[in-house]
Amino acid sequence: MLDILLPILIFSALLLTVIGAVRRFRLWRQGRSAPVDWVGGLLKMPRRYLVDLHHIVDRDKYISKTHVATAGGFVLAALLAIIVHGFGLHSRILGWALLAATACMFTGALFVAKRRVDPPSRLSKGPWMRLPKSLLAFAASFFIVTLPVAGILPADFGGWILAAILAVGVAWGVSEMFLGMTWGGPVKHAFAGALHLAWHRRPERFTTPHNASAARSSGLKALDLENPKSTLGVEKPADFTWNQLLGFDACVQCGRCEAMCPAFAAGQPLNPKKLIQDMVIGMRGGTDANYYGSPYPGKPVGEHGGSPNGPIVPREGRALVDAETLWSCTTCRACVEECPMMIEHVDAIVDMRRFLTLEHGNTPNKGAEVLDNLIATDNPGGFDPDSRLHWAADLNLPLMADKGEADVLLWLGDGVFDMRNQRTLRSLIKVLRAAEVDFAVLGNEERDSGDVARRLGDEATFQTLARRNIRAMSQYRFSRIVTCDPHSFHVLKNEYGELGTADMPSDYEVYHHSTFINELVKGGSLTFKAWKGGSVTYHDPCYLGRYNGEYEAPRDVLRALGIEVKEMARSGYRSRCCGGGGGAPITDIPGKQRIPDMRMGDVRETGADTVAVGCPQCTAMLEGVVEPRADIKDIAELVADALVIDASAGKGASNREASQTQRNVEEVTP
Amino acid sequence: MPLNAESPGASGLNVAVLVSIGRHPLTARTRRADQDARAVEMALSLKGASVNLMHAGQHDSDNEEAIRGYLGMGVEEIRLLEQMPQADVVPVLTDALRASAPQLVLTGTRAETGEGSGILPYLLAEALGWPVINGLAAVEKVEKGVATVLQALPRGKRRRLRVRLPAIATVDASAPAARQSAFGPARRGELDVQPHASEADPSLSQWQIQPARKRPKRLKIVKSSSARDRFKAAAAKSDGGGGQTLTDVTPEQGAEAIFKLLREEGVLR
Ligand code: SF4
Ligand code: SF4
Repeated sequence: MLDILLPILIFSALLLTVIGAVRRFRLWRQGRSAPVDWVGGLLKMPRRYLVDLHHIVDRDKYISKTHVATAGGFVLAALLAIIVHGFGLHSRILGWALLAATACMFTGALFVAKRRVDPPSRLSKGPWMRLPKSLLAFAASFFIVTLPVAGILPADFGGWILAAILAVGVAWGVSEMFLGMTWGGPVKHAFAGALHLAWHRRPERFTTPHNASAARSSGLKALDLENPKSTLGVEKPADFTWNQLLGFDACVQCGRCEAMCPAFAAGQPLNPKKLIQDMVIGMRGGTDANYYGSPYPGKPVGEHGGSPNGPIVPREGRALVDAETLWSCTTCRACVEECPMMIEHVDAIVDMRRFLTLEHGNTPNKGAEVLDNLIATDNPGGFDPDSRLHWAADLNLPLMADKGEADVLLWLGDGVFDMRNQRTLRSLIKVLRAAEVDFAVLGNEERDSGDVARRLGDEATFQTLARRNIRAMSQYRFSRIVTCDPHSFHVLKNEYGELGTADMPSDYEVYHHSTFINELVKGGSLTFKAWKGGSVTYHDPCYLGRYNGEYEAPRDVLRALGIEVKEMARSGYRSRCCGGGGGAPITDIPGKQRIPDMRMGDVRETGADTVAVGCPQCTAMLEGVVEPRADIKDIAELVADALVIDASAGKGASNREASQTQRNVEEVTP
Repeated sequence: MPLNAESPGASGLNVAVLVSIGRHPLTARTRRADQDARAVEMALSLKGASVNLMHAGQHDSDNEEAIRGYLGMGVEEIRLLEQMPQADVVPVLTDALRASAPQLVLTGTRAETGEGSGILPYLLAEALGWPVINGLAAVEKVEKGVATVLQALPRGKRRRLRVRLPAIATVDASAPAARQSAFGPARRGELDVQPHASEADPSLSQWQIQPARKRPKRLKIVKSSSARDRFKAAAAKSDGGGGQTLTDVTPEQGAEAIFKLLREEGVLR
């Protein structure tokens, strides 16, 4: 009887699966067109999955091993089951192979079941709680129906009762595992995930080495503003590119992004996992009532819904997502870094912000004011753009306009208007002078890099600022740019490139000051006194670390100073954001606690007296935490303080300059 | 984001807003003028009113960018009454207003460029024979051709006025701030450019125009040990000293008093 039933079950399930796949594919294709390498992508997919993705999946060893057993066992079992039971090819060898595959899958499924006994809050419940049982049912039923094939049991063993039970088990198993894949069950992630890997919007993310800047591909993509018909950002789910939609659909609701999100931890109304699920809901149409994971803090589930062509954030009232959810994000990229499905949360969030700013004109709190300032004065604070160098009146900074060329273009950033950051800049200049670096600054020709405007969704202002900066820089010759601001660093390095023209190319070699100082140290241009301060920890800025993969240079510099870094639990690629990125301090969405306070808590746990930083934003955010707390020192300050300036070497003018700088530094440092 | 949450119902009200080219105080870049933008904001927050924007001036790329700043507030079209540089815009605006017959005309108290004397609304009111209100802070309701409005007085005081329409009202910094100007609607909005004959302003051509500078203010030194007193002294607006407040007087008595003062001060001879 099973001989007749199984092929019917298997093939009808397969047929329905194919129908479901076509429907799913059409759901994705509601999105905007995006060019992909159809065949090449599919061919590269196995490698992307087995090699490139593995290092992310493997961060959770338990689930990584479990997944290998379950998914590996399943894929093999499914193929063999189709041959053996579908086509009735009752070969003994295949039977044994199928037994092995189902046994492997069964073992894996047991571990899935174990994880589900008391699941961590980041995991979704609902249908996901059913999954281990379905996996077990699939594996067990196929195991038993295969026993006769392998010659272990007689063909008619168990009679019709067992046959009926097995038929039910197989039906359950194939429904979950085949149908669920394309009709929206938990196993959907395998289908959508595989295709997402094949047709990913940023295929360069699958290059090795994974930590290289190119493989991070963290620069936002430019909007085409020349074409008056182009959509400005994303208003409705169908405005995403189709492979973005495909990416959202691949989410396995593992909640790793949620666990890392600083805004979620601070109780702000954002949860990257829910956001991705909301996009899936929008793509399909419906409400979030069937979402079984953690909600946006403070926002009950079941009140939001949308449709592919309905607004995501309406001007008034409620739809798929509330604006404050989008404005809570610090663009720290912790979610993207963790996501085993390579989903690009930050791209999606900025896409939606673009619409809110460029079409609705609805950037919350100080957003509108900051953007107006950027437009009118080229800096977010609304300061006189001709006063950019006032802080350095005594430093005699060499201007590009005078020199025309220099080895290093020192990009000062908007920190020039901030008294705290001026101290960092002074230190950096002292270091550069001590190492006799040939540098110059743009002075009043420099403008805000456009980072904040872009993260606030104002692509137009970003592009204007960027183009004017590119024009200013194109007049001069320099071999590299050095900056102490990771945000300028990232934008200059990764986001200006797209905006260059043939006669004004904008591919720069950009160094964060920690990388540059590290080179100076390695080259022996700097000598330090012994470190006498207390213990030090280091806070990785998101835009240096996760965005650009620079984790080592700052640590090397600290080591060269004789400092042994006491690492925080969350450091390196898992560093927790200071809360200062993405314009979050400007949009200022309230939560239960403040992100910098939580980060300072991390610092406190190490017992360090000083936290070394490499970013003006981090400095400002962390120094905003009430005392008692660790001191905050930029790497440049620590280096400058430790410098031994050799006054006897008779280096003439540069030497006098250096000692003069030193005195100046002493005047301002308390 | 409606800034005027309880915006009054004003369906069918035809509002004209006169907008000018602004100039950023620090960088002198052209932009939407702050007070005019507040006037647009006020007009847009009147529920159901039909809002028409008008600018009399030149049509060049700098100006266009500034004008698009108003369109970015969600206005679909703006009429640009094209004029020669240094033209007197009162006649062309008078004609345009007479032709389009709005019930309410809103504009900023003074322009950020050009003469910036703030006299234009008065000249228009005189030419059209309409009443003029300055310092409009809110329109409370419009009923049967009469508007109830709040007028802003110095130091946060408000005065409720009833005014027969059509009328001209000017808006200053005490009106609600203008909404953000968004790139999309600014780019899409239409500029309806209408060339008009210009009347040269003979006196203007002889003037020499230079950017205004804020005059430094002498600080009163308050010798008081209490921080509260020092703060109050620093924060308080200096009293003009003297002067008198007239309440419940007829317009004639008011005018009489103003005349008297102007004579005493030697403004009128
Ligand atoms: S970028 Fe950071 S703040 Fe934004 S959703 Fe991801 S983890 Fe959360
Ligand atoms: S978005 Fe990625 S990290 Fe977040 S729940 Fe989905 S699969 Fe997991």
